[in-house]
Amino acid sequence: MWSRIASRLLTSLVVAWASVTAAFLALHALPGRIEDILAGDVDYPGLREAIAAEWGLDRSLFEQYAAFVSRIAGGDLGTSYVLRQPVTEIVGSQLWPTVQLALAAGVLAVALAVSVALLTAGRGRRARKLASILELVLASTPVFWIGILLLMLFSFTLRWFPVSGANGWTSLVLPSIALALPTAGLLAQVLREAIEKTLDQPFVTTIRARGVGEFAIRARHVLRHALLPAVTLGGWLIGGLLGGAVITEKVFGRPGLGSVTLGAVLTHDVPVVLAVVLLAAFIHVAASTILDILYLLIDPRLRAA
Amino acid sequence: MNAPSRMPAAAPGEIAAAFPPGDLPGLDRLRASKPGRDWTSAPAFHLSALFLVALLIVAAVPSLFTGYDPLTGDFAEGLKPPSWAHLFGTDRLGRDVLARTLHGARYSLLIGLSGMAISVVAGVLLGILAGQQNRLLDEATSRIFDVLSSFPGVLLAMLVVTFLGQGMLNIAVAVGIAGIPKFGRVVRAQTQLVRDADYVTQAAIYGLGRRQVFLRHVLPNVLVAVPVIATVYIGSTILTVSGLSFLGLGPQPSTPEWGVMLAESRDVLRVAWWPAVFPGAAITLTVIAFSVVGGVLQKRFEGRLA
Repeated sequence: MWSRIASRLLTSLVVAWASVTAAFLALHALPGRIEDILAGDVDYPGLREAIAAEWGLDRSLFEQYAAFVSRIAGGDLGTSYVLRQPVTEIVGSQLWPTVQLALAAGVLAVALAVSVALLTAGRGRRARKLASILELVLASTPVFWIGILLLMLFSFTLRWFPVSGANGWTSLVLPSIALALPTAGLLAQVLREAIEKTLDQPFVTTIRARGVGEFAIRARHVLRHALLPAVTLGGWLIGGLLGGAVITEKVFGRPGLGSVTLGAVLTHDVPVVLAVVLLAAFIHVAASTILDILYLLIDPRLRAA
Repeated sequence: MNAPSRMPAAAPGEIAAAFPPGDLPGLDRLRASKPGRDWTSAPAFHLSALFLVALLIVAAVPSLFTGYDPLTGDFAEGLKPPSWAHLFGTDRLGRDVLARTLHGARYSLLIGLSGMAISVVAGVLLGILAGQQNRLLDEATSRIFDVLSSFPGVLLAMLVVTFLGQGMLNIAVAVGIAGIPKFGRVVRAQTQLVRDADYVTQAAIYGLGRRQVFLRHVLPNVLVAVPVIATVYIGSTILTVSGLSFLGLGPQPSTPEWGVMLAESRDVLRVAWWPAVFPGAAITLTVIAFSVVGGVLQKRFEGRLA
């Protein structure tokens, strides 16, 4: 098992390194001088010299690459050319609201998906049909449209929740619901199928024969098996939530990584966008590595193999 | 996540195994379904197919269905609720929301399809390379897929737009790059499957050259999978495209594109629901229709292989 964990860790390191390399190559493959690309529309005295120094543009390509990788490995993501601040500071200061939103939405999505799947899997024809239609509709609806509809109903018509901002928990309710619903739809589909497959297994008949109640069978025994395929979704889930958070923040006018990234995209502030994208990729890789290892720990059958 | 590169070559009917769950929403929906029990039932399929045909006609000739111009409006008629004159109401500038929604079909389909074309071409080329009997090549291309899919689609697209600038073509390129691993992984699995099939071995035994075997037997059988995957995938492409447009990274403001319309509707939400409801419903219905049709096609395709 340890060798498998080691090889999984190695693979994720390779992927992380490759994504940094891809970013470096993309920058150098673009036509034009790298100072001009990185500076974009921004121009002030000393900017180009600063970029040249930061990237070591007078050195050989290999030296530049080595410097770039070691800089990022050391946690230094460079300087924003528009805000003239270290990128680490900018991203760090805006990270929390986004993490808060993504976490709340993630927990909500998992809770919703698990309860819908538990309640409808293998029940009546009608319940299942209804659930599958609901899941399809949710998974096909754009996050920002759900957000707009929620705003319309709960903020403008009923006035239950604030329209925008990030003050207190009330301003987190609608954004996290909007972000959670499409994810929950997709997750519920996968979970429900897994639960239905597990319900057909002989061990369920055995437990049932011992007189265990239907709910206990599902919640205690079946769910544990059915969660495994859903755990594989984890990495995708986190990536999707981060990407979706950017859009959700725009709908609800929330501060966070979304507005930072969007602003940076529009002003061609490459270091900031690069930092956010690499951060998201690292989170994705780390999360799926942890989940893969958890997978080995949860399921003894995989350990033996 | 289980990297598909470490999976054994796909057995018949298990092309789906090339995807980790969550990689392709349509496929998960498909996995979750059993024939005749849910939305893959015949009425849903026919209804969705009909909707898509109608959508194509609307996208081709939107002016057949509306007398209003999507770009100009009577300012005095601004923000009027739905009525017989304006079935979907009017927006802030007095433009007919129905006309704009109908014209919007063209943008969503065009950007979505051209983005997908990029994913298909690059994905097929890389997938075939990966499917050859060369471990190094396979490892290298599979790692490329891993790297591309470890960036969240929206953020990867935003990075591409940072380099290329805003615009419709650029967001098509952006979603196109993000979609490469989806096609690449299926094509890789399919190539390995076909490569080891008896009829290919037989063709080689009969003395056909490697080129001939590849062009006449391997390639056509690999490519049959592509339109099916494309139909399943186009829905999520359209979702991403509309999201990027909503963020203002795609078409210019006031273009009758669904995402742009929704972004504009956000400003008048306090007083008018209609500019926000109809374009959003158009996106959702389109994505549902593609998912249903794609899901059924895929099920038939896998049934044929099994």
